[in-house]
Amino acid sequence: MTAPAQTQEQRGADAAPAVTALRRKDLLGIAELTTDEIALILDTAEAMKEVGERPIKKVPALRGKTVVNLFFEPSTRTRTSFEIAEKRLSADTLNIAVASSSVVKGETLADTALNLEAMHPDMIVLRHSSSGACHLLSRICRSAIINAGDGMHEHPTQALLDAFTIREHKRRLAGLKVAIVGDLAHSRVLRSNIHLLTKMGSDVWVCGPPTLIPTDIARFGVRATSYVDEAVEGADVIMLLRIQLERMEGAYFPSLREYFNVFGMTQARLKRAKPDVMIMHPGPMNRGVEIASEVADGPYSVILEQVANGVAVRMAVLYLLAGGVAHEESA
Amino acid sequence: MKRVLKGGRLVDPVTGIDGVHDVLVDGDRIAAVGRDLPVDGASVVEVPAGLVICPGFIDMHVHLREPGQEHKETVATGTAAAVAGGFTAVACMPNTTPVNDNANVTAYILTKAAEANLARVYPIGAVSRGSKGELLADIAELRQAGCVAITDDGHPVATALLLRRAMEYAGMFGMPVIEHCEDPSLKGDAVAHEGYQAAALGLRGMPGACEALGVERGILLSELTGTHFHVAHMSARASLRALRKGKEMGVRVTCEVAPHHFTLTDEALVSPVPYDTNAKMNPPLREAADRDAMLAGIADGSVDAIATDHAPHHYDEKNVEFDRAPFGIVGLETAVPLALDRLVHTGLIRLPRLVELLSVNPARILRVQGGTLSPGAPADITILAPDLKVRIDATSLRSRSKNTPFDGWELRGAVAATVVGGRTLFVNEAVDGLNGM
Amino acid sequence: MPVVMDADRIGRALIRIAHEIVERNRGVDDLALVGVRTRGVPLARRIAKSLRDITGEEVPTGALDITLYRDDLMRQSVGPQPLVRRTEIPFSIDDKKILLVDDVLYTGRTTRAALDALIDYGRPKGIQLVVLVDRGHRELPIKADYVGKNLPTSLEESVQVHLQESDGRDEVVLQQMQGGAV
Repeated sequence: MTAPAQTQEQRGADAAPAVTALRRKDLLGIAELTTDEIALILDTAEAMKEVGERPIKKVPALRGKTVVNLFFEPSTRTRTSFEIAEKRLSADTLNIAVASSSVVKGETLADTALNLEAMHPDMIVLRHSSSGACHLLSRICRSAIINAGDGMHEHPTQALLDAFTIREHKRRLAGLKVAIVGDLAHSRVLRSNIHLLTKMGSDVWVCGPPTLIPTDIARFGVRATSYVDEAVEGADVIMLLRIQLERMEGAYFPSLREYFNVFGMTQARLKRAKPDVMIMHPGPMNRGVEIASEVADGPYSVILEQVANGVAVRMAVLYLLAGGVAHEESA
Repeated sequence: MKRVLKGGRLVDPVTGIDGVHDVLVDGDRIAAVGRDLPVDGASVVEVPAGLVICPGFIDMHVHLREPGQEHKETVATGTAAAVAGGFTAVACMPNTTPVNDNANVTAYILTKAAEANLARVYPIGAVSRGSKGELLADIAELRQAGCVAITDDGHPVATALLLRRAMEYAGMFGMPVIEHCEDPSLKGDAVAHEGYQAAALGLRGMPGACEALGVERGILLSELTGTHFHVAHMSARASLRALRKGKEMGVRVTCEVAPHHFTLTDEALVSPVPYDTNAKMNPPLREAADRDAMLAGIADGSVDAIATDHAPHHYDEKNVEFDRAPFGIVGLETAVPLALDRLVHTGLIRLPRLVELLSVNPARILRVQGGTLSPGAPADITILAPDLKVRIDATSLRSRSKNTPFDGWELRGAVAATVVGGRTLFVNEAVDGLNGM
Repeated sequence: MPVVMDADRIGRALIRIAHEIVERNRGVDDLALVGVRTRGVPLARRIAKSLRDITGEEVPTGALDITLYRDDLMRQSVGPQPLVRRTEIPFSIDDKKILLVDDVLYTGRTTRAALDALIDYGRPKGIQLVVLVDRGHRELPIKADYVGKNLPTSLEESVQVHLQESDGRDEVVLQQMQGGAV
């Protein structure tokens, strides 16, 4: 693993970063990003965050660019976040919410993509229920593809905004103990976070019932346990993942009540963590299942900050993928 | 019409021959085999050096898709692909539309095969009506119509009880029961092998135990009923373990392994193309230890046959999200190069063993003619060019479908010619000196 | 590479500019300095210091990143992409006279971008442009109000400004480029 990259602050505000462009067409996942690319996105997000603090929250960087938000799964939070990010960069946005029934009945993803492509969008933000859908789209479309969540595979902008939030509080990612608790098997947020945090040198612990721990999890460079206390002990950051009601039908655990008793993040459990622990959740939350209300609303929770940071991080991703130009001479 | 194949290396494990021998073909039969056979009246084919003459290969697991799914393949295109792949005969699976659970469908398939007049076709009938797993199909009728075995391939027989009854009944006719071994509840809606690759890609996985459970069930029922039980497309090391134990105990169980299961692993899901639907099949590509176990089983004799599970699918059907793509890849035209390159040239097995896997044992399991070129046997001949380099090109496959993960692969070993009933049905243009074939 | 301004000359030019600013604006009331990243920022700070020395008053100073306003952003790129940095203007620019500070004035496009960025921040009373070097070849109707040195150049030349704060030394050099302007 390469040495974790420093924040802009650590390097000195005007020092040149190790890499200044994302030389790739798409953002399909964290797995293929280098630590330098991750640092670049986070550094750029810092500048983008400031745009949201101005009186006029708009810059012309993506003026004239068309960005399509193609969402096959319903989502208010992520879609809104992307839309705000796109509009703040002055891009023209187009929201397509595909009802799942139309997918079942008619057009394949490939045909939807080809039809879209004919209208030359510059970027497509895709959320889909099948793992690998973004890879398929990337092969078909020339547009830049941004993965807003594909099946159980990855949700890269979520992991990036999580990392951004942690970095804001802790000034680093390396060496932090991060515990991730919840439905590990089905979570795309988990996979993206594991990739990002291990690349950046964090000590990652994942925790959930044995039925929900993915096979060969140790190969991902994390420690796995079914004992919450072990995971939470001395943790700098605790991330809670959503438990879906349907998991009970798959016999993953007997009941939500039992899940909360064994794995739910309560005030009492938190005591084992560091005194300045951060509580995070990608949302939407199931209060009383994976997280107790008083923890969600408590002083350690940065859940709402995550949402705010989402816009800045997505602006950074959109900007960096849209491609820029260096003309140092045309001052 | 008499022909002598002169001077070629003949590999015929049944008769124990491995060396330069002449083969005299008279009409559709082998007339004589020996050194320096007299030529009188026969046309002579000087077999170029380096080529190997084998009893015709038989692929005992092929989906010809006709009736009902002709957009993927037909009996005509499938048998053309077969002879191009070196196969003189194929056994075709009953999961057509409608299912081959009655004499009409069987007859239809055989009619189409006769029209195409290429590779021999041995239909395999369904175990249950519509393969629904509720009532037994009319097995005697299927036998009468020409089926050589029964299976509900595509999925396992629904219940142990039904499998037992099918085995008892089929045993009457000496038909083997072929099973797609799997526990449906463990499989769930999995699309890949449960392991690191599936976990990384966010794909639902099925463990090797899922297949092994089906193998163990079949072995126990074979012990109970005395009927020959054949494990289709074996892929997991746990299955091999169970199979070996069954054989040691003297149970009448056999198995086949497909070339993709002794060549590829679940890494093919990621590289060269992530989420490549041409790496999606059932049973899935598994981890290296399973692939290596299949190779070990091929080497030590535990594995009886190589069968391709040739499963053509139309491009549009595969050009979708991984979850939604149908399982399966074509295999008739890549089997021989893969077998030669990965089994023989690596030193794992020698040519006589390869002939057992591709000819002798399939014939024995299906109880059909072939597997040897002794006098009186049908003149079904596969001629190999074991040292010829090939580059797999999906676009030039004769199968109607091109769903293969081996496109672009460079392998050493190819089919030189395929002869069925004395008629030369395929000659590889890249091989010199076979004009007289 | 010929040095066209050494540390001394740079220092004196900035002091002279500070005096000109005071004279033209009749003091430093309502003035604010905004340096264009990156080298405009240390220059702005030095001018603020000079103004403080001259008048005893603090002139608020901010830093402006114009990357997102460039007109050449989304075109085919060959070289590395400019990194976007934070803009830090910790005061309101409404009704202020903004002194926009940059190191080199060339085509005028950076200044145009900076003007657009500033206007998004508020409504200044006026904007004046301060540059260390004016090398000519304007492509837009932009004029500097305060110039450290007028430096006629050809399109094959490149002006490099080095400052103590970022490069460890103060100098302006003129470099011959191969093959014409970028």
